[in-house]
Amino acid sequence: MQILVCSGTGCNASSSRTIVERLREALRAAGLERDVEAIATGCFGFCEKGPVVKIIPDNTFYVQVAPEDAAEIVAEHIVGSRRVERLLYRDPKDGRRVSDSKHMDFYKKQLRVALRNCGFIDPENIDEYIARDGYAALARCLTERTPDDVIGEIERSGLRGRGGGGFPTGLKWKLTSRSRAGRKYVVCNADEGDPGAFMDRSIMEGDPHSIIEAMEICGYGIGADVGLVYIRAEYPLAVRRLRTAIAQAEACGLLGERVFGTEFSFRIEIRYGAGAFVCGEETALIRSMEGRRGEPTMKPPFPAEAGYLECPTNVNNVETLASVPVIITRGAEWFASIGTERSKGTKVFALAGKINNVGLIEVPMGTTLREVIYEIGGGIKNGKRFKAVQTGGPSGGCLTEKHLDTPIDFDNLVAAGSMMGSGGMIVMDEDDCMVAVAKFYLDFIVEESCGKCTPCRVGNKRLSEILEKITAGKASMDDLEQLRILSGVIKDTALCGLGQTSPNPVISTLEHFYDEYVAHVADKCCPAKRCKPLLTYYINPEICVGCTVCSRNCPADAVVGERKKPHVINPALCVRCGTCIEKCRFKAIGVK
Amino acid sequence: MEQNVTLRIDKHTVRVPAGTTVLDAARSVGIDIPTLCHIDLKELCIRSAPASCRVCVVEIEGFKKLMPACVTKCTEGMTVRTSTVRVLNARRTVVELILSDHANECLVCPKSGSCDLQSLAVRVNVRRIPYAGGAFSAQKHEMSPSIVRDMNKCVYCRRCETMCNEIQTVGALAAVNRGFESTVAPEGGRNLSDSECTYCGQCVAVCPVGALTEADHTERLLADLADPHKTVIVQTAPAVRAALGEEFGFEPGTSVTGRMAAALRQLGFAKVFDTDFAADLTVVEESAELLDRLVRFLGGDRSVCLPILTSCCPAWVNFFEHQFPDLPGFPSTARSPQQMFGSVAKNLWARQEGIRREELVVVSVMPCLAKKYECMRPEFGLGGDPDVNYSLTTRELARLIRRANIDFVRLPDEEFDAPLGASTGAGVIFGASGGVMEAALRTAYELRTGRELQRVEFETVRGLEGLKRATVDLDGFRLKIGVAHGLGNARRLLEEIRSGRSEYHAIEIMACPGGCIGGGGQPFHHGRGEVLRARMEALYREDRAKAVRKSHRNPSVVRLYGEWLGKPLSERARRLLHTRYFNRSE
Repeated sequence: MQILVCSGTGCNASSSRTIVERLREALRAAGLERDVEAIATGCFGFCEKGPVVKIIPDNTFYVQVAPEDAAEIVAEHIVGSRRVERLLYRDPKDGRRVSDSKHMDFYKKQLRVALRNCGFIDPENIDEYIARDGYAALARCLTERTPDDVIGEIERSGLRGRGGGGFPTGLKWKLTSRSRAGRKYVVCNADEGDPGAFMDRSIMEGDPHSIIEAMEICGYGIGADVGLVYIRAEYPLAVRRLRTAIAQAEACGLLGERVFGTEFSFRIEIRYGAGAFVCGEETALIRSMEGRRGEPTMKPPFPAEAGYLECPTNVNNVETLASVPVIITRGAEWFASIGTERSKGTKVFALAGKINNVGLIEVPMGTTLREVIYEIGGGIKNGKRFKAVQTGGPSGGCLTEKHLDTPIDFDNLVAAGSMMGSGGMIVMDEDDCMVAVAKFYLDFIVEESCGKCTPCRVGNKRLSEILEKITAGKASMDDLEQLRILSGVIKDTALCGLGQTSPNPVISTLEHFYDEYVAHVADKCCPAKRCKPLLTYYINPEICVGCTVCSRNCPADAVVGERKKPHVINPALCVRCGTCIEKCRFKAIGVK
Repeated sequence: MEQNVTLRIDKHTVRVPAGTTVLDAARSVGIDIPTLCHIDLKELCIRSAPASCRVCVVEIEGFKKLMPACVTKCTEGMTVRTSTVRVLNARRTVVELILSDHANECLVCPKSGSCDLQSLAVRVNVRRIPYAGGAFSAQKHEMSPSIVRDMNKCVYCRRCETMCNEIQTVGALAAVNRGFESTVAPEGGRNLSDSECTYCGQCVAVCPVGALTEADHTERLLADLADPHKTVIVQTAPAVRAALGEEFGFEPGTSVTGRMAAALRQLGFAKVFDTDFAADLTVVEESAELLDRLVRFLGGDRSVCLPILTSCCPAWVNFFEHQFPDLPGFPSTARSPQQMFGSVAKNLWARQEGIRREELVVVSVMPCLAKKYECMRPEFGLGGDPDVNYSLTTRELARLIRRANIDFVRLPDEEFDAPLGASTGAGVIFGASGGVMEAALRTAYELRTGRELQRVEFETVRGLEGLKRATVDLDGFRLKIGVAHGLGNARRLLEEIRSGRSEYHAIEIMACPGGCIGGGGQPFHHGRGEVLRARMEALYREDRAKAVRKSHRNPSVVRLYGEWLGKPLSERARRLLHTRYFNRSE
């Protein structure tokens, strides 16, 4: 029997480490330490309800476990064979407790390929990885396949880059393999930068060996003997587990000189990123690794021709690499059988925003947004109405109700005006103002632009300033036109992928929520009631009893009126803080 | 093996070698795509192509986005459109964006009239700047002794960064901050004057706008010229006469020596002298020093530092003091021509003329920005009075001439004044890379062999190649010489010396591309490398036209030694004409 305790960064922050220790203490006390293992695993994905504890083999899934619950789990479940009902997940639809994770809506539609080992194995123990077919793919490649066979397998699988662009992975490998050079590099792009996205971190924390194995397979395929992992220094747990995994793999002869006794040698080094968003762009990443200012360069030349230190370099994202070993062991045809015509396999998404089940999920390509949001995600928080979902990170676009039944894949998302990006998915409800949302993402880009090219450096700043004018009620219809023109030029002229996609939040909201923009500009009102300068607070004289609570609490002395007579708010003084609404016991105050 | 590719650009079918950029291919058929950040001085191997301004974008079939012509390589069958409405509008929007973050003080900007952004804005038909908004807030303004930085005007083309780091390997300027706050500055918020900056001024030479300009001394000069208690004299460097004409519409490479002398006289200088005279003096001292070291070396003295390095370029001296202070014995101790002139003028000529030192103002006109700093060095003066009071650039002289209502084109040719205006062809060629070495060889040969040198032209040290080397037979001794221009090239030779692998006996170093003709104070070349070649040729033409072409035969120089200095390297010559160096690496 095993007790798996999620030890990703999220659950760790909720003391999952202590839970593991308490479980082990309780097992010792019960004399069961030899029969039952308490294992710290990678992320289960259901972060909304963390820390998560799962019992194997019966799949019992305990949520929001506290260290104090450890003794009870051991006494009741392990010793007494009785489930701890109060820790089971409660299905929000009918309020019933669900014991087996297989029956939870959150997991039912998921298919975990890249995340296959996350939450199942102890990431700091190579034996557990090996027990789940780990390094079998590498062994097969080195002993039974030629490098061209390996590349062919990846090509046939239809795997496309999970970091954002969706470039065919096999083709990338092939191009790098064809570049003739004395030295080539395999680079793992672990510079996860999209706000709210943490799939790469989870994979590195939960299944670091899969990355090592995949980098070696890639190295064998393209003819490289050095791998570099470019990872954010803000991911200390991922760094530590990766280091541990590298050391273990080397000790076992699975990495280093003459792997599996073959001619193939490979070593992996770790390089730290300092947290610049643009360094996730592969040419900027390469420059950063070279110790230069992290900024993109024009492609061509592509890294496959001239990358790190001008050598041919293959850059793949963590999630892409995590799919590689399983493609080799289960075959390209198996992988290609999942997904849509041009997007094969599965994709990991980080669900966030106004959604019930915040967390990390993996679904087959082609799953609809509706399935993801309403079934896996459990619908919108507090029964509100769905308004939009923003996909693809800060430079993705906002999709609306009409896109809910669109099967998610690389091409459909682009056609709908957004993109896959690294798989961020932020859900918005009726309370979100789409102009403010566009401004929020744009400000992120303004902050994170490397500044190299004019359209991104200056253009996005100007876009943000126009949006500021709109949300402040100071814009004219000319500004809307300027917004449209400028967004188009930035998209058309910026140097790198980051810059070219940066106006997407503006373009997509302009397209799908134009009326909301016009309301801000022409009617000087914010339909979602988010843009403070556009709000008017008023007191309904028919309800107001003149209790004076609001006027006594108003920080700006904007509420005036005599005792026992209806009060009035002076809009010129009102700072729209909402204190009066909070304090009014009669619900006499409204906003329009 | 070079293949050709055929492509279509607008209505032209173009055949170019593979690897040619769309920009160059278009120019070859008369389509001039505008650029801003891009610069390519081809023959000089100076190139900065970050493809970052996005002004040169064009439509290329098969690409979804517009592509920058400056770095996109031509491929077989490519179809390029350079002036569609989409391209023209995008280009104008990009320029509007640049202008929205620019000081836009054209009327009072020193760069007005020669600003690339100004002409670009006219060309793309900007009629308003639709983007009102904030300006970036980084440190913005600095007056160093030579260079003025006004980052309100920076367009972040980063040509200066390329020059400073890749070409000059000085490393004083770097991109700092991110996004909208990005700018180019000395690292750590320092000023240029606290950095490794050599004041070579190559950043100024390539700056397309008014962000980097020279420290201006024209007002000071006008005040001095108007002061009845002051005697103001001027010296002009050799490279100035080969470039000044460009400011007045002459073809590059037109020598305007006589007109320049006339203009200076009209401006009101009491004497119009020539730095070429001091260049001859420098050659005599430096050749003597070279021969002295050689003789001692051949006599078995292993403490002698060889190769000897020329010391006339002040930016190179700054570079040396910052980057190679561990090699103190190698540079010649001879002062630069500017400073030899100042020393002779203030210490000897003034006495002869009966002018009190404090009433004499010595002004120099130089192709150079580092000269402004050099004349401020405390070792070049007496009791706080500098030997050379201040230095103007070629550009400042042009501005003064225009301001003083002088119709430069119609001026008659005039001569320099005696005695400090007399010069030889050897002095003239100082302005071109290899010239100092060639001048020194003409003198060293005759001093060493005692025979007259018949063929005075040493072709091997001429030209625009970054590193030039030659071997000269000095009566059986094979003298190995090296010539470098551009500090990056100099660094290579210096590293050889540092590691003990240098094969040379003498090395000439000039900080600027092509030597002083490409100095940071010259009329802007606007990215046209051929301008430098034309200036270089003008100097060699002037040399050929001179009656005397060897420095030690300059009659004024001969008289100076006879009356005042005795012989080269005499105690008096050392005191007045030589200097020492400082460690500035910390």
